[in-house]
Amino acid sequence: MALLRSPLFWIATATVVVAALLPLWFSAYLLGVLTAAYYFGVFAMAWDLLFGFAGEVNFGPTFLIGVGAYTAAILNSTYGLPIPVCVVAAAFAAVVGGILLAVPALRLRGPYFGLVTLVAVLLLQNFVVIFAGVTGGEIGMTVPDVLSVDVNTNYWYALSFLVLCAVLLFGLSRSAVGLILQASGQDAVEAAALGFNVTKHKIAAFCVSALFSGTAGAMLIFYMGTASVDTVVDVAIAVQIIIAAVLGGRRTILGAVLGAVFLIVANEFLRPLGQLNAFVVAAIALGVILFFPDGLLGYALHRSERE
Amino acid sequence: MRAVQILVDGFAISSLYALAAVGFTLIFGVSGVLNLAHGGIMVVAALVGWLAAGELGLGTYAGTLVGVVAGLITAYATYLIVVRPIQRSRAIRPEETEIFVLTGTLLWGIMIQVGMAYLFTDNPVTIRPLIAGVVNIFGVRTPANEIMIAALSWAAIGLLWLLVNRTRTGKALLGASMNARAVTLLGYELSQLYLVAWTIYGVLAGIAGVLLASFLGVSTTNAGQLTASAFSIVVLGGLGSVSGSLIAAYIVGYLETATAYLIAPTLRPIPSLILLVLVVYVRPQGLLGRR
Repeated sequence: MALLRSPLFWIATATVVVAALLPLWFSAYLLGVLTAAYYFGVFAMAWDLLFGFAGEVNFGPTFLIGVGAYTAAILNSTYGLPIPVCVVAAAFAAVVGGILLAVPALRLRGPYFGLVTLVAVLLLQNFVVIFAGVTGGEIGMTVPDVLSVDVNTNYWYALSFLVLCAVLLFGLSRSAVGLILQASGQDAVEAAALGFNVTKHKIAAFCVSALFSGTAGAMLIFYMGTASVDTVVDVAIAVQIIIAAVLGGRRTILGAVLGAVFLIVANEFLRPLGQLNAFVVAAIALGVILFFPDGLLGYALHRSERE
Repeated sequence: MRAVQILVDGFAISSLYALAAVGFTLIFGVSGVLNLAHGGIMVVAALVGWLAAGELGLGTYAGTLVGVVAGLITAYATYLIVVRPIQRSRAIRPEETEIFVLTGTLLWGIMIQVGMAYLFTDNPVTIRPLIAGVVNIFGVRTPANEIMIAALSWAAIGLLWLLVNRTRTGKALLGASMNARAVTLLGYELSQLYLVAWTIYGVLAGIAGVLLASFLGVSTTNAGQLTASAFSIVVLGGLGSVSGSLIAAYIVGYLETATAYLIAPTLRPIPSLILLVLVVYVRPQGLLGRR
């Protein structure tokens, strides 16, 4: 078994075991921060699949997340459907959103597509505010059901969800499909010349990314008990997801988790700085981009390859 | 009556949009950089101009001038600290430079916005009108300042046109946006041309910033919105095409003003966003863009 001999596998397993045991030592407050960070990690991984592998500059990951989160919130609070049904419906709605985004992506390149995704977020944000009767508008909406009121249970839910998504996405990225995606992201013409259906693979990448984003968005609101523009749709959240993925290292999937946890925890610890908090986090991220463009995990992997 | 009102108000805001977008498209045309810290630079110019004009007691004219200089300095800082190191980095592959410049300037813009909010708070500031008084245009009472702002915007755009089409350096800039390699073969130093382009850009963004502060007022929270509107105008007009940006600025400006007057002020940005998506679908290169 090649898997059992790979150091990455053992490091990842050890990390998961340690993470699962953290409730023994950590305070409820710290666990809460980590719980949010884990959902954030799924957002960042889903973004990395689109950008790192399919090569699509998606400035609007929160469009997919927001569609999922609001679908779940509306179904739960207005129609009283149980949580599992809401999460599945959210995933489905997000995939539809993903296909909507994939259509322009097949026609447009680079900055043009980036702008369309950005506009998608702004439109969603405006619609949430305009249809305030259904969505709660700028204040947001409260969800009657929550995953659990117990901090530890919530933490374990988030961790298992993160591990499940990480295994699936990482496996996908290392599979033949992942390689084809990477090829079509780097040189679509050559990939097509080799006989791969680039269009089909790109649409699939959007669907997969949307599936995970939407599900994570729905889980996040059932953890927090509220859905609001500021927490699941705002461009600032999209920016944080991108920073997390780039910080952790593009094209690594797992790096995105590291980046997300680092970002959220850093945000929490720098809170005493008040307003300057965001300044310091942005400065750190800019420093990483300028000096270690491969990100934290990417830098570590490259070093071990060189040695 | 209302139509005239829309025509007059729309003209002033559109001229300002045009001024802000022209510099943005120039930078893209010459060096392929989409500067997402654009709104941040305008905000710096507006806030420093306000501080100099009011608190420091320099008066409106000297104050706005100080604001423009502050915008220029911020533009230089953007280029020298963020954009140039990324462009020259060996660790970043050439095909990824674009996304790194986007992410880098985005982060830099956040730093500017948060830093400014820390220094100046996020209250909106307004620079006193450049000229006082009210003018009557076809029965619409219009502040003279609004006309002054439209006139200044067009004067700046006109000067840019003269500079690009009538001077040696300007023609070299134009050349660099068409074929950078050919310009270097003619003996121009590309890095110097980039500096010239960023200088022009800084001055234009600075002027746009202080004029906006004098017209509508500016707060640090506007930075993102300002970047987004410049970005969409430039894409609508065609990346790198100056005349396209001018036309697009008027389309967006009038569409927004008409929506605000005729439907509801809260819907202001929506029709232009939808138009942008449609244009990008049907004609990805924008109105006057070249592929």
